[in-house]
Amino acid sequence: MKTIYLDNNATTQVAPEVLEEMLPYFHELYGNPSSMHSFGGQVAKKLAEAREKVATLIGASPDEIIFTSCGTESDNTAILSALAVAPEKRHVVTSRVEHPAVKVLCERLAEKGCRVTAVDVDAEGNLDMDQYESSLTPDTAIVSLMWANNETGVIFPVEEAARLARDRGILFHTDAVQAVGKLPLNLKRNAIDMLSFSGHKLHAPKGIGVLYVRKGTRFSPYLIGGHQEKGRRGGTENTPSIIGLGKACELAALNLEQENTKVRRLRDRMEREILSRIPNSRVNGGKASRLPNTTNISFEFVEGESILLLMDEYGICASSGSACTSGSLQPSHVLRAMGVPYTMAHGSVRFSLSVYNTDADVDLVIETLPPIIARLREMSPYWTPEAIACNV
Amino acid sequence: MWDYTDKVKEHFLHPHNVGEIENPDGVAEIGSIACGDALKLTFKLDEQKRIKDAKFKTFGCASAIASASALTEIIKGKTLEEALKVTNQDIADYLGGLPPEKMHCSVMGQEALEKAIQNYKGTPAPQKEGQIVCECFGVTDREIEREVRENHLTTIEEVTNYTKAGGGCKKCHEKIQQIIDTVYAQAKPEAPEELKPRLTNIQKIRMVEDTIAKEIRPSLRHDGGDIDLIDVIGNRVLVATRGACASCKASQQTLKGFVECKLRDLVSPELIVEEVSP
Repeated sequence: MKTIYLDNNATTQVAPEVLEEMLPYFHELYGNPSSMHSFGGQVAKKLAEAREKVATLIGASPDEIIFTSCGTESDNTAILSALAVAPEKRHVVTSRVEHPAVKVLCERLAEKGCRVTAVDVDAEGNLDMDQYESSLTPDTAIVSLMWANNETGVIFPVEEAARLARDRGILFHTDAVQAVGKLPLNLKRNAIDMLSFSGHKLHAPKGIGVLYVRKGTRFSPYLIGGHQEKGRRGGTENTPSIIGLGKACELAALNLEQENTKVRRLRDRMEREILSRIPNSRVNGGKASRLPNTTNISFEFVEGESILLLMDEYGICASSGSACTSGSLQPSHVLRAMGVPYTMAHGSVRFSLSVYNTDADVDLVIETLPPIIARLREMSPYWTPEAIACNV
Repeated sequence: MWDYTDKVKEHFLHPHNVGEIENPDGVAEIGSIACGDALKLTFKLDEQKRIKDAKFKTFGCASAIASASALTEIIKGKTLEEALKVTNQDIADYLGGLPPEKMHCSVMGQEALEKAIQNYKGTPAPQKEGQIVCECFGVTDREIEREVRENHLTTIEEVTNYTKAGGGCKKCHEKIQQIIDTVYAQAKPEAPEELKPRLTNIQKIRMVEDTIAKEIRPSLRHDGGDIDLIDVIGNRVLVATRGACASCKASQQTLKGFVECKLRDLVSPELIVEEVSP
């Protein structure tokens, strides 16, 4: 059975060009870039090239790039660094819909005595900018807001938010894991101080992350050790993955237009067809500005895990914000923050596409999904004539 | 991905006895859409008073559907006395086991069965006994106690897996631990009957209003619903549902399981909540 992969916000396929670029650095060119000999030195050269490519994609300069092990490490490093360099400030501003890499860290910080403000979002998932602005205080050490939401694809106006923070002398970090490669970004033209992203969301392998730190930003490392990354992140470099990420960033720059034309067109068609073929369904965050590849659709009166497992029978891969899939007994914190009613939140499915998806993939979903939802609704005690009548 | 047994997958992909029996001898609905799973069970008896047919409708995940399917298979052909002996562990065993985090699905099956049999016998299903411990999922101390005892649960995590209690905001974890400790200490002192002074009608109405405003409405509004107090006649509290509650199938459950519990708890244990259309 062919895999129809529509879960690219979870992870992506390593691009064949990326894999090819990486392969020599496992077995043949395995030298340590820090070594004095030329066998290692040639790898160091290759790393510098990769750093250059990564910087180019986001409009940074190479010495502003720190390689880490993942998006979570980058997020953690940024926030903890800001608190470390300003011990007199004990306030963190974030949003209610962040990825656990930021959300759970902030909860821990709150337990340890930091004041944390999690700014609300509206029903479409848009950040409450007034509340955001009024939450900034002289005590605020850092703002951490995601660029685009992993569950709904909703985009926050982080550049505007960063400017408001800079006006008040507050450091600004953005988790841009879902945005890099899908949205054009240029860090030379905004006030963002730190930015995190991850390789495996843009067709590089898992286990490689990036933290951008603007030149002149006070910084305190998280991993203490060797002189790697100019002393900003100890640990021998993950050379094959860094080299792969360099290639992936080069490809992402080339594919950026396609993300916003081809991928967007596929997503829009899939969304339109699903909504028209399945009653009592709706797009979460559908009216907000969104990533071109993501759609989060709720099907009333059915439960997400069941939908996913029935789609799995056809090789379709997606994810859900239902309680049973979150492992927490409650539906996704993102959908709850948006006030999505429980009748909808438990039955949410996220499809996230990539440039590798085709019209045939979309066709299979729009043919397969309506009978799956119908079958589960037949089984649902809530699927009553009254419920059907109030189609949303 | 959950590590489901082949038997769970089989009963999820091809569930047995889906549907509703017309004019059933026993019927029960438990769970709620807010909690993420719900089960409606109906059964019919033959002349020998054995369960001739049983059907279910489920809103929930794969293991909830499989557990309900297994339940209906297990109870067919049983007398009500035999059926009452079916435990949640029997349902899990029938399926070759459930992931620990999903044991609450089997508990839901057992509870639905008991309630359906009570429905047949005409004994009005007892109101949720005990005090609500877990506000997020509306689980009482009695329910937790029972699962701790019957399934030999020793940790808060296990209690959450079996009853969902403690799986939301976690504020009740201390109380759950106390219940576990009490059960194992074997010394379970009965909660002393609270002696509340008799209320005058006007006091009662004021307290009901106050409780609805402060304790009940904020939770309902959180889910987009609301209720209005229409009248208080003796111990009958007449309310009308508004917003999402008005169209929610689970609103009866909310009225009885949450609104009534709260009012009994905070105003008077004799209160009965009734829905009226204003």
